[in-house]
Amino acid sequence: MFRLATALWESTRLALLALWAHKMRAFLTVLGIIIGVTTITGIVSVIQGLNKAVYSQIAGLGADLLYVQKFPWVSGREFYRYRNRKDITNKEAEALKRFCTFASVVSPITATRRTVKYGSTKLSDVVIYAVEASYKEAANVVPEYGRFLTDTDVERRHAVCVIGQEVAAKLFEHVDPIGRKITVGGYKYTVVGVLEKQGEVLGRNNDIVVLVPLTIFQKLYGARRSLTILVKVLDASRLSEAEDEIIGILRRVRQVPPGQENDFAINRQDILEDLYKSLTRVLYAVAFGIGALSLLVGGIGIMNIMLVSVTERTREIGIRKAVGARRSDVMLQFLVESVVISALGGLIGLLLGFGVGMVLGRLPVLEATVSPSAVFLGLGFSCGVGMFAGLYPAWKASRLDPIVALRYE
Amino acid sequence: MLIELENVVKIYEVGAERVHALRGVSLRVEENEYLAIMGPSGSGKSTMMNILGCLDTPTSGRYFFKGQNVGEMDDDQLAEIRNREIGFVFQTFNLLPRANALHNVELPLIYNGTPAAKRRQLAEEALAKVGLADRMHHRPNELSGGQRQRVAIARALVNRPSIILADEPTGNLDTRTGQEIMDIFEKLHEAGNTIILVTHEEYIAEHTNRIIRLRDGMIERDEAVN
Repeated sequence: MFRLATALWESTRLALLALWAHKMRAFLTVLGIIIGVTTITGIVSVIQGLNKAVYSQIAGLGADLLYVQKFPWVSGREFYRYRNRKDITNKEAEALKRFCTFASVVSPITATRRTVKYGSTKLSDVVIYAVEASYKEAANVVPEYGRFLTDTDVERRHAVCVIGQEVAAKLFEHVDPIGRKITVGGYKYTVVGVLEKQGEVLGRNNDIVVLVPLTIFQKLYGARRSLTILVKVLDASRLSEAEDEIIGILRRVRQVPPGQENDFAINRQDILEDLYKSLTRVLYAVAFGIGALSLLVGGIGIMNIMLVSVTERTREIGIRKAVGARRSDVMLQFLVESVVISALGGLIGLLLGFGVGMVLGRLPVLEATVSPSAVFLGLGFSCGVGMFAGLYPAWKASRLDPIVALRYE
Repeated sequence: MLIELENVVKIYEVGAERVHALRGVSLRVEENEYLAIMGPSGSGKSTMMNILGCLDTPTSGRYFFKGQNVGEMDDDQLAEIRNREIGFVFQTFNLLPRANALHNVELPLIYNGTPAAKRRQLAEEALAKVGLADRMHHRPNELSGGQRQRVAIARALVNRPSIILADEPTGNLDTRTGQEIMDIFEKLHEAGNTIILVTHEEYIAEHTNRIIRLRDGMIERDEAVN
């Protein structure tokens, strides 16, 4: 044991000396390893940064929410088929409210974009959500001041609205917005509340919004607009059962004949997660492809240089054997040298890869992370390559006949 | 009895040709002997040296080292004998070019697991014995030929081997430096070491107590020197 530790330490020392003696050669040799490890760690740290950002965005959709809609979020070329589907209407929303046992809240909404005006100040392209009072629970929105829309507002078709933080800030710089009348797409609404700051979900700024009662929206802008029905499920772990129940109810209401596929979609956040995962899987595969290829090339380079090194040092091997080095000692020495070269390359690659990650991390959406798994992968792979590449040259060195080796010029 | 060769034969196969390097050599060497092996080139000197040094094994015949049959040893056992029992001194010194004198002398100790501190101490002592206490941190290319050979002798001594094998140790040195090296061997012999020299120079061989003359792979004469 002690002997092995001494031998390992000695071999490492020797390897470093040998590398130092041929700095340029060593650098060129490990270039492949550096490129491979840089690629892998760079992409892994960028993807992990991306993961953080994307998952927090997707989580904004709500883990316990089902979105009943005409179109699925993720579709391939079948998009045109879905266009002929019947719209989702109040009828479906009423049916779900009455029959869905898994739901805590059923909240139909629809949306459009309109210009919003107060006095001479104009905001164009503001997202207008037409909602019911239950939207507050479904989407977890809270008024910072004033109040939210009520059931009475919806039943009586009151011309009132709740506005987002940024709308309030831009339209009402110096006055309290509550009780003021704003114009939304040509119709006047009284502001009754201002929402807390919402932030962004999937690139959409949820603070530039105006929420109006669904009923008055449908009266003023027409009811021929497909709805999205938010269904908040009591127990998030029973999302799939809720989905089955909703499918049953909707097929009945929409009179879908047995054997025919659903003419509506039930979307949930995992669909996006799955989509995202399949995208990153491709990225990972590309990274590992490039990385593996450069590691392979790097490994060949190392094997080549180790073979040169064994030949150059034939006499040294002879001397070592003459003074008592066993085959295993010689083998170990060259293996360690090969591993040390490629591990150094791996280390440089790791640093470069994290550097790339950090630089990309400056971009707004990304937040690059230095993860232990990337360090482990990078160093593990490069050591493995070094070991593998060194095996044959080391074996060759260990088999040299000391008499021949000592006479080698 | 330190060394006992019994009718040792060594045959090399060079291509299709069989070269009889040794054709039946028998020899006994006692402890603290100082002997020279002489002979013209091709007489089998080097082969005999390699076999005595456990770098090679006989084709037939037997070689007992301290009573152990070397012919039956595997590679690792031979390496261990070379490490503990034999100190080599070569004509071309054979030092590691990138290592300093101290590290060169430590080399045999690395292969028997001597701890670093002990290694350093033993190497320093060995270098002091050959008069190089002030050159320990110099590399071979910073030393003269004679100094290099003294480093090699220190390396041969450091493990306190049973026998020192020197192959033309003065061959690459001028006469005066060669004389200095022979003085060191003289002292080592007086201190109780067993030394075998291979040389083709009469005046070098005359430093020893016994001369073995080889010709065509056989011992031609085995004579004592006064």
